[in-house]
Amino acid sequence: MSKAEQADSVGIVTEELHHFDVPLDLACGVTLKSYDLMIETYGTLNQSRSNAVLICHALSGDHHAAGYHSESDAKPGWWDAYIGPGKPIDTNQFFVVSLNNLGGCNGSTGPSSINPDTESVWGKDFPKLRVRDWVESQARLADRFGIQQWAAVIGGSLGGMQAMRWALEYPERLQSCVVIASAMKLTAQNIAFNETARQAILSDPEYCDGDYLAQNTYPKSGLSVARMIGHITYLSDDAMGKRFGRELKAGSFQRGIDDAVEFQVESYLRHQGDVFSKKFDANTYILMTKALDYFDLAREYNENAVEAFKLAKCKFMVISFTTDWRFSPERSKEIVNALMDANKTVSYAEIKSNYGHDAFLLPNKRYEQVFRQHLNTLSIDEVAS
Amino acid sequence: MSMRVDLSIIQDWVATNSRVLDLGCGDGTLMATLRDNKNVGGYGLEIGADEITACIAKQVNVIEQNLDDGLSNFSDNSFDTVIMTQALQAMRFPHLVLDEMLRVGQECIVTFPNFGHWKARWHLALNGRMPVSDLLPYEWYDTPNIHFCTFNDFEVLCREKNIHILNRQVVAEGHLSVLKDLRPNLFGETALYHLSLEPKESSQ
Repeated sequence: MSKAEQADSVGIVTEELHHFDVPLDLACGVTLKSYDLMIETYGTLNQSRSNAVLICHALSGDHHAAGYHSESDAKPGWWDAYIGPGKPIDTNQFFVVSLNNLGGCNGSTGPSSINPDTESVWGKDFPKLRVRDWVESQARLADRFGIQQWAAVIGGSLGGMQAMRWALEYPERLQSCVVIASAMKLTAQNIAFNETARQAILSDPEYCDGDYLAQNTYPKSGLSVARMIGHITYLSDDAMGKRFGRELKAGSFQRGIDDAVEFQVESYLRHQGDVFSKKFDANTYILMTKALDYFDLAREYNENAVEAFKLAKCKFMVISFTTDWRFSPERSKEIVNALMDANKTVSYAEIKSNYGHDAFLLPNKRYEQVFRQHLNTLSIDEVAS
Repeated sequence: MSMRVDLSIIQDWVATNSRVLDLGCGDGTLMATLRDNKNVGGYGLEIGADEITACIAKQVNVIEQNLDDGLSNFSDNSFDTVIMTQALQAMRFPHLVLDEMLRVGQECIVTFPNFGHWKARWHLALNGRMPVSDLLPYEWYDTPNIHFCTFNDFEVLCREKNIHILNRQVVAEGHLSVLKDLRPNLFGETALYHLSLEPKESSQ
């Protein structure tokens, strides 16, 4: 039996492209005349359209959250551990919608798409996006499915920021907001990591001031280093130590031998950078990290998160991971404290994990239990269409 | 002691529609009872993984937070009542916890086992060893209960801190329970105290 045929897999999935013609006014002042969103759905939308769940992806995610595109696919979608029949986001119960966000590079309109005005690639001229622009485009996606209210809007990291923005912008349109390993705004240290990653791309000569596609080049090494920097921050010191230690991939320290020494961790990081740089767009990486940096939940609410959250009407589930230092439990506690001060329905779990920020993607029994229990409490009509 | 008695007494002391913070809320039974019977809102704090899952299943708001880290994330008088059941004796600094409870809540309710109960006294007097019983089932070296007190000890602390005892109830089981009203510190197994920094009319 192939992996796609396993009972808890959504199996072979097909992506759908949705075209939108109604112009979208972006937060930066630019209007996008039309755009495409690439999406995948899992499960069945019920008659009352009350069982829909929106998955908001993080920095480098896309619409392919679960299942396989073909029998020969080696790996499933990025959140397959949590989406499927009998899994916490149970596709026997929920209709799951997952999209590649605007500005992405996996089928949705983004920097590598053609600008209809100039008929050439947008490149670095693609408008700067903010989290609220994604929420706006996701709301239009909901309209297209006739979904008045999501049973839940769920996201980890940058995805959690989108989920929280949903709760403020469209309070009537979600029953629950699940915020995982996220923050109300990035810390200076966090922005610093993003800027270092961006500089790695910008200083690659092949970046060509963002016009690499037109110039037929590609800032592969810059993007690769950017990913390596990010990757270090997604792991914990402990997890890296356990996995790689000081093991050598090549060479030795024996006296008299002058082999080039390569640590396992070097080789691993380079491989990660290499794989990533082949499938991801450099301008999208810059756009996504900037959206992360710019996000500040309370900016338009007198810098007061309690005031902001008072607008929300949904229930909240906030989850963090003990060894996550990129989006530490402290950041999640700030969310929870603001929600409690705003007298909102909220539960919070701090999951023990050795895997740092990456923990939100990985199997973990307690995380699964908490997640599942929360989604079980949502009221949806039983009758499927 | 049956949980029912405990719950019904606490329920009488908590006002309808009020906002409650339950410290060490366990599986959320108390918060769910208060919500269902008195339309009480608020949050439970808990660190037990299974208990937290149970709260979520009951749709009780539960926040994973270690009480030994304090309540500094809650502002003054942000709750009507702060409750702590059967956990004061497990705190590192019970007297500071009490201060914090009365800072965050207008009123507070604490319950704890009575170390002055005749069984405990009998056990120590006769065997010369720390009491182990159905009520206090732990050996001294692995007990979570690190700060035992008797009812009398607790009331001395309240006096020193100018804490007003709005209500007090003593609960006991078995055939000697009739004596609890006569000699609570000897025959009461569990104490329930309803406290405030402000003197108020007793609600009972």
